[in-house]
Parts: sequence; structure tokens; C-alpha cells
Amino acid sequence: MIEAIGLTKRYGERLAVDDLSFTVKPGQVTGFLGPNGAGKSTTMRLILGLDAPTSGAVTIDGKPFAKVAHPMREVGALLDAKAIHGGRSAHNHLLCLAQTNNLPASRVGEVLDLVGLREVAKKRSKGFSLGMGQRLGIAAALLGDPKVLMFDEPVNGLDPEGILWIRNLMKALAEEGRTVFVSSHLMSEMENTAEHLIVIGRGRLVADCTVQEFIDQNSELTIRVRTPERDRLAALVQAKGAAAAHDGDDALRITRLGMTEVGDLAFDNGIRVHELSPIQASLEQAFMELTKDSVEYHAAVPGQAPAPADAAQINAALATRQGDRS
Amino acid sequence: MTTATTSALGGLTSLPPASGRAGFGGALRSEWTKIRSLRSTMWTLGCAIVVTIGLGVLANWGRAHGDDASAARLAQEDLTQRTLFGIIFGQLVMVVFGALAITGEYATGMIRTSLTVQPRRAPVFWAKLLVVTALAFVVGEIISFTSFLISSSFWRAKGISLSLSSPHAMQAVVGGGLYLAGSAVLAFGLGAILRHTAGAITAGVGLLFVATILANFLPQTWQNHFDKWLPFNSGGQVWATQHVVGTDLGAWSGFLVFMIYGAVFVALGSYLFRKRDA
Repeated sequence: MIEAIGLTKRYGERLAVDDLSFTVKPGQVTGFLGPNGAGKSTTMRLILGLDAPTSGAVTIDGKPFAKVAHPMREVGALLDAKAIHGGRSAHNHLLCLAQTNNLPASRVGEVLDLVGLREVAKKRSKGFSLGMGQRLGIAAALLGDPKVLMFDEPVNGLDPEGILWIRNLMKALAEEGRTVFVSSHLMSEMENTAEHLIVIGRGRLVADCTVQEFIDQNSELTIRVRTPERDRLAALVQAKGAAAAHDGDDALRITRLGMTEVGDLAFDNGIRVHELSPIQASLEQAFMELTKDSVEYHAAVPGQAPAPADAAQINAALATRQGDRS
Repeated sequence: MTTATTSALGGLTSLPPASGRAGFGGALRSEWTKIRSLRSTMWTLGCAIVVTIGLGVLANWGRAHGDDASAARLAQEDLTQRTLFGIIFGQLVMVVFGALAITGEYATGMIRTSLTVQPRRAPVFWAKLLVVTALAFVVGEIISFTSFLISSSFWRAKGISLSLSSPHAMQAVVGGGLYLAGSAVLAFGLGAILRHTAGAITAGVGLLFVATILANFLPQTWQNHFDKWLPFNSGGQVWATQHVVGTDLGAWSGFLVFMIYGAVFVALGSYLFRKRDA
């Protein structure tokens, strides 16, 4: 279990992590989500004591990480697969890590087998592909049979087979009762792996809930209606307070009105309907909506101003979440 | 692939129960593995051996054959120090070795992995320093003794009695290895402070080599007071058998001054290593 209380980290002028409090529970995969630059990596570095917090504290099973008797048996972390000396062979890299925690040297060969790197164990890791480097990092994380596992963007740059392997591994580790904390900037990745979500933007907590709750709260139902009398239906639903947008010559996208209401409204007014279908906003969209004012660097589309942040929507999301917690 | 879904760590034997606490002993074994498993360290140390012994032997062979001075005149000179002449260049390679041992971890990012598996930083730092010092000492003594044994034979061939039992010869030859180890320690301290390979090597070479050369441009009266305190001039006394009274420090007092330089950098380096974000 990882517990952060009021965790804050300031680098000069920049507040990278801002009063972050959360708990990562064992037995499930907890996704740590946020746009690039939201402070995910910094938070993970604070958990491991690589960086000292400006204020606040974080503990692992009730203890600061530096106080744990055998750190590798408690936490296995893969923050950056490139954080190794490329001149050392995979075997020697793992051996020098195992020795720090008095782990048996035989463990090195076993984890190399598990991640499928036995063949290249004697090769210098400098020549490893991204996927091999990632596997070596995971081997290092598993060396001490840790209770807590942390992965920072583990699937970045992996091929589909590698992604599937890591997903299954994370789920299996959680099923064994371990705490699995995995960061990503891609909602779609979390949708498939995580049960619980901690979402941050600009260093601040945006959501702390299950994946299902996140979907329910943050994705708005859109209804697509195809009708020859597009404009008349649009006026009618707008009169009911709903929003209607054109979707081609003969269709509308309606929000803020239920499917039944739209169908009834059309029937009562004698409007022919050729299609009436719900469109669930994807989690990716919900996530982008929720965090768009906290994205560090907006890419401008040529000829267009950067999309303005929808502050009202985020405030609403924050209010719902805070209501849940109180 | 399918085993991963049934048991995450299938194929792994369970670990023996933990006892005690991960600390200095484990860190020491780990640092030894780290240093011996890199070609760059081995190349650097090999280079130190070849450069120091090679240049010393070459210079002594040339002097011994080309010098027409009488054996009696030559015996007045510090020939022991002359056999160890290669140390002037060997110290620079030792600076590279000492600096790389710690800056290499920062350059590659390995430091973040090292401090994740052992978040208690003091044992990591001191274990690393101990391994670097011990290895530099062993290699330094090999260099020093080999240099002396080969080069002294050229002088003996001229009829000069020069051996390890000559006055102060043993102190100077052992001192040569100590000085080389001391150079590595000094550079290690600088490396811990600067966390940058090129910066630490430049600072180390500057301190040992360039500062000594620059001091020659000072007015003579200043030099008399200032020169002997420089790292090279103070530390260099330990591999000499003759010291000019007033101008030079003694063998061991000079080496002590040299050690103080190293200790200051190491102390500052260890403080920063523990306090700074990795």
C-alpha cells in the first residue's frame, strides 16, 4: 500500500506536484493518469525517495521507503528503462542490484528466464532494443519478489505483443495481492488494465475513483438522430434545453437529453426518424475533457488558435468528485 | 506468454526469508560487481598501468644511457623519484578512473536505479568510495613497484646502488601507489560534487596538473610560500626521497596535506550525494 499525504514538490518556480493525497491499495492495478508533464514521474520519484518532497510525506506500508529493511523485497520499480549503464551485461546489471539487498544470485537467471532475456544475458545492454530494455527493467523490478510494483509508462514504444505481455503481467501481479501502480498518459491503456484510477493534471489530483465511476461521471451520452427534417427537430430539442449539432445533411448529435425523450419528441411532432442511436463518449475523450486545461503544452493547429480550455466542465467534474469524497 | 496470466512469477523459486537489513555489506559486493563488469574501468586501469610504467621506463632508460655524469654525481640525485616519473601522467588516468566511477552513474541514469534498490544513500556512497580506493591502491602499488624494479635496473647497470633497501626507497615506492590512489579519491570527491564526467576530470586535472604549472608564473617569493601546499607538490613528497628544507613539505606531512584535499572533496561530495535529488 502506498499512501501520499499532502505531497508537494517545487522545482524553482514550477510546482510539479501540488498537495497530492492518495492511497494505492493492494490487490488491484491502480492507473496513474495524466497528460505529459502532469507530475506523474515526479510523484513516483517522490515515492521512491529519489527526490525529497518540498512538503508532505509518502509511505509504503506505513514506512518511508528509506526505512524499509530490504527495499527490493518491498518495492520493485521501473521508472526509466534507460536508467542503466549500457556497458554492463544484463546479467551483471541484475547481479549488482540483487547483491545490494542480499538476494541470492540464482534469482538473476530466474528473472531473466521469466522476461525472456536468457539468450542475451551476457550481452551489454547498450545494444538492446526498446522492448528488451523494458523487459530488463521489469526483470529488475521483480528480482526481490516485491509487494509493491511501480511502472512509469511501461508500454511506451512496445510492440503489441510486448504490450499484451505487460498488461497480463500487471493484472497477474495484482491478482496475487500485490500493489500495482502504473502510470500512463493514455486513457485507453488504463481502460484495459486498471480497476482504480488516480488522475492528475498540473500536479493536482483531478480524480480518484474506480474506472467505472470515472466513465459514468465523465462521459456524456450523445444521441445521433438521422431524420429528413433535421432543422425542425433541432429547434424542438433546443427548446427543451438540449444541445444539437449538425452531423451531416440529415443527422443531428444531441446532448443533454435522453434517448426516450428524443424519440417521443419526434413522434409527437410527426417527424420521421431513420436512426436513433446512443454514442458513448470514449474514456479517452472524457480524460481529455477533464485534463485539457492542465495540459502543459498545447499543440496549435496551423491556422487555428489553440483550443480554449473548458473551465466550467472541469470545475463541474471537480465538484462531483469532491462531493463523492465528503 | 500464457503462464503470465496464471501465475505472474511462475518459474521463480521463492526467496529465502529476509534477515537483518540491506546495508553496507551488500552495497560493497554490488559496487565491486559494478566496477569489475565494465570494460571502461578495466580499460582505464590498464591504461594507467601501461602509460605510467611505459613512460617511466622509457625516460629512465634514455637518461641512464645518455647521461655522461659520473655514478658518484648521479647518486646524489633522487633517482628513486626519477624511476617513478611516469606517475605524473598516471595520476591523470587515475583521475579519470576515480571520476568515472561515480559520474558514469549519473551520465547513464544508473544512479536512479541504484538508489531505488538501496534508498539509504550513505552505504551506497561509502561502499563505492571504498571499492574505488582499494582498487586504485592495488593498481597504484603494482604500477609503482613495477616502475621502480624495471627502471632501477638501468641505474644499477651504471654502477649505482639503487634498490628497495636504499634509504627511503621503500617509502617512496609504496608512496607512489598511495599517491595514485589519492588522486583517484580526490577525483571521486569532485565527481560526486559535479556529477558530470567531463567537468570532474577537468577539475581534477586542473587541480593536480595545471595549478602546478600556473604556480610557476608567480613571483619567486610567493612561490616559496605557496607552491608546497599545492596538491601535486604536497602529495608528490611521498614518492620522493629528498625534500628541500623550507621549500618542500616532508614525505608524510606532504601526503597528509594531499589527503586533506581529498577528504574535503569527499566530505562535500558525500553531503551533496545524500541531500540532492538524484
